[in-house]
Amino acid sequence: MYVAVKGGDKAIENSLHYLADIRRGDRRVPELSIQQIREQLPLAVDRVMTEGSLYDPDLAALAIKQANGDIQEAVFLLRAYRTTLPRFGASQAIDTGAMQIRRRISATYKDLPGGQILGPSFDYTHRLLDFTLAANGETPEAPTSEEPVADGMPRVADILDHEGLIELDLPDDEDGPVPDLTRESTSFPADRATRLQNLARGDEGFLLALGYSTQRGFGNNHPFAGEIRMGELAVSFEPEELGFEIEIGEITVTECQMVNQFKGSAKVPPQFTRGYGLTFGHCERKAMSMALVDRALRAKEFSEEITAPAQDEEFVLYHSDNVEASGFVQHLKLPHYVDFQGELVTVRELRKEIAAREAAERTDDDELAAAE
Amino acid sequence: MSMTQEAQPWQAPEHDKPVEQVEGYNFAYLDEQTKRMIRRAILKGVAIPGYQVPFGSREMPLPYGWGTGGMQVTAAVIGENDTLKVIDQGADDTTNAVNIRRFFAKTAGVATTEKTSDASLIQTRHRIPEKPLTDDQILIYQVPIPEPLRWVEPRETETRKMHALEEYGVMHVSLYESIARFGRITTAYNYPVQVNGRYIMAPSPIPKFDNPKMHQMAALQLFGAGREKRIYAVPPYTDVKSLDFEDHPFTIQSWEENCALCGADDSYLDEVITDDAGGKMYVCSDSDYCAERREAGHVGDQGEPQTPAQKGAAE
Repeated sequence: MYVAVKGGDKAIENSLHYLADIRRGDRRVPELSIQQIREQLPLAVDRVMTEGSLYDPDLAALAIKQANGDIQEAVFLLRAYRTTLPRFGASQAIDTGAMQIRRRISATYKDLPGGQILGPSFDYTHRLLDFTLAANGETPEAPTSEEPVADGMPRVADILDHEGLIELDLPDDEDGPVPDLTRESTSFPADRATRLQNLARGDEGFLLALGYSTQRGFGNNHPFAGEIRMGELAVSFEPEELGFEIEIGEITVTECQMVNQFKGSAKVPPQFTRGYGLTFGHCERKAMSMALVDRALRAKEFSEEITAPAQDEEFVLYHSDNVEASGFVQHLKLPHYVDFQGELVTVRELRKEIAAREAAERTDDDELAAAE
Repeated sequence: MSMTQEAQPWQAPEHDKPVEQVEGYNFAYLDEQTKRMIRRAILKGVAIPGYQVPFGSREMPLPYGWGTGGMQVTAAVIGENDTLKVIDQGADDTTNAVNIRRFFAKTAGVATTEKTSDASLIQTRHRIPEKPLTDDQILIYQVPIPEPLRWVEPRETETRKMHALEEYGVMHVSLYESIARFGRITTAYNYPVQVNGRYIMAPSPIPKFDNPKMHQMAALQLFGAGREKRIYAVPPYTDVKSLDFEDHPFTIQSWEENCALCGADDSYLDEVITDDAGGKMYVCSDSDYCAERREAGHVGDQGEPQTPAQKGAAE
């Protein structure tokens, strides 16, 4: 006797308990604290804040813990929290030129005002597993420089700007409202502010692959890493009732300015063009990828032929969000048996028709053979 | 939600008392500003039947593709006196339906039901209930891809233009291609319809079996696509025509078998594999329809007649 499957409620509850149990792992091992994640997995926290588009290291750390270390799931958790928060308004534009620099490098100049500041970076590590970490060796404190970092640390793009060698970096509309793609559905063609917002929230892996594809000839635009800088800066907000700015906090950001070739047109002499990347925290790979894709998406602006995926606005903006992508890909796990039944009926009917036709043809052939 | 009758508080069925409500969130999770924005989109959708209204879809605490659009529409129209039914594949007990029902029981504290006739709001994925709906009910569809032209044109900028100009030739060509290749239109679900003689609309992935139910339906039909940020609607008593050709009229799925449990010969059937030797049986996909028929004494060839005691236990 067939009994229809019941008890989804109980099954869900048990599944949640099982998941939580696995999160905790072996009880003989001490439990991870939010502080440990925030302090000792800072790059995971930064990525979750960037793609979750919410600057809160504690909540990001909590999300990472709750997600069993699944970064995309943590991003989703943070987004689902963010969506419930009220909007007070838009902050003043940050000035990355005034950043308290921790890292600043340029690939276009050997030396420049303020110097090259390597900061914390994996770039020159030898990728050898460090077994002293496995043995819980205590890490010595990093030495501090005798000289302080220079006060004036002009942005490389601004240096090029003096000679008019690089396009002017003018905002679309400085006094206009700031678009918010989490509040309105994006329409196309999208303005650059919306595109950059989308890329800033976009999946690092997706942007990395797209940026990489431009380097391999799918929409090449000859990039140079003009400058990458990372450090702290203040965020200001001007409440309407006060009428003047107040500082509301400090954030860490990574900025990448790509400098790209442009041959010029009838109206504009040859000059360099920009691709821009900005992330919360220290997400250098993401900032660089973003800058490559930003420049590729500006193809139309420079009358470049649009031939590659990275130049295709609808393709990039509709598929960059890993919360959207992950949800829709994984929804295939949901039952689809009603639709599948529909397909079964169709395929069976088609096969029946073909079989009947073939049988009829065989009979015709037999009759023909008999006649001969 | 009543449209023609006098408003009266909805009576929650005794056995479906609300579960404990969560604190710290607004009624039905979304804030009132967001609900207002969604209601405006719904009103626009009702005013232009079948037109996809872009809206500021919010990130929901459930994954995209799992009903975030339907949930936002439900959250925008649900009131304290509503009784909510949620189905997935026609059944109330599939895990995703259970989960969404739990969500609203938790965040809105409303009564929920599995009975089609007791519900004032029905959120659905992939089915329309077999029992005809009435004009004091609202049917809310979860929509994965709201654009019916998406399979012939991947670009939103293009499809919006095609809708604006009522340029639907390619859709007919694609259906014709299916006839040329297979002798019939092979689309089995999400079968495109034309609403009120104007917009071509995706009915969401319901089987084409359900398409005729949309035509002149008494209930208001609302469609929510969260990830794609679109809402659309079919007002009550509106023409909904499945696309076809004069010499290839629209047909729906049919089975030689009846439901093995309740004997129904007029409902959409699911095929259930019973062993690993090709054994199978067919049962109603609409679990409430099937249960109600069995309670009324209908028995399929593998069903057992219900005694009055079992009836009581089932409730």
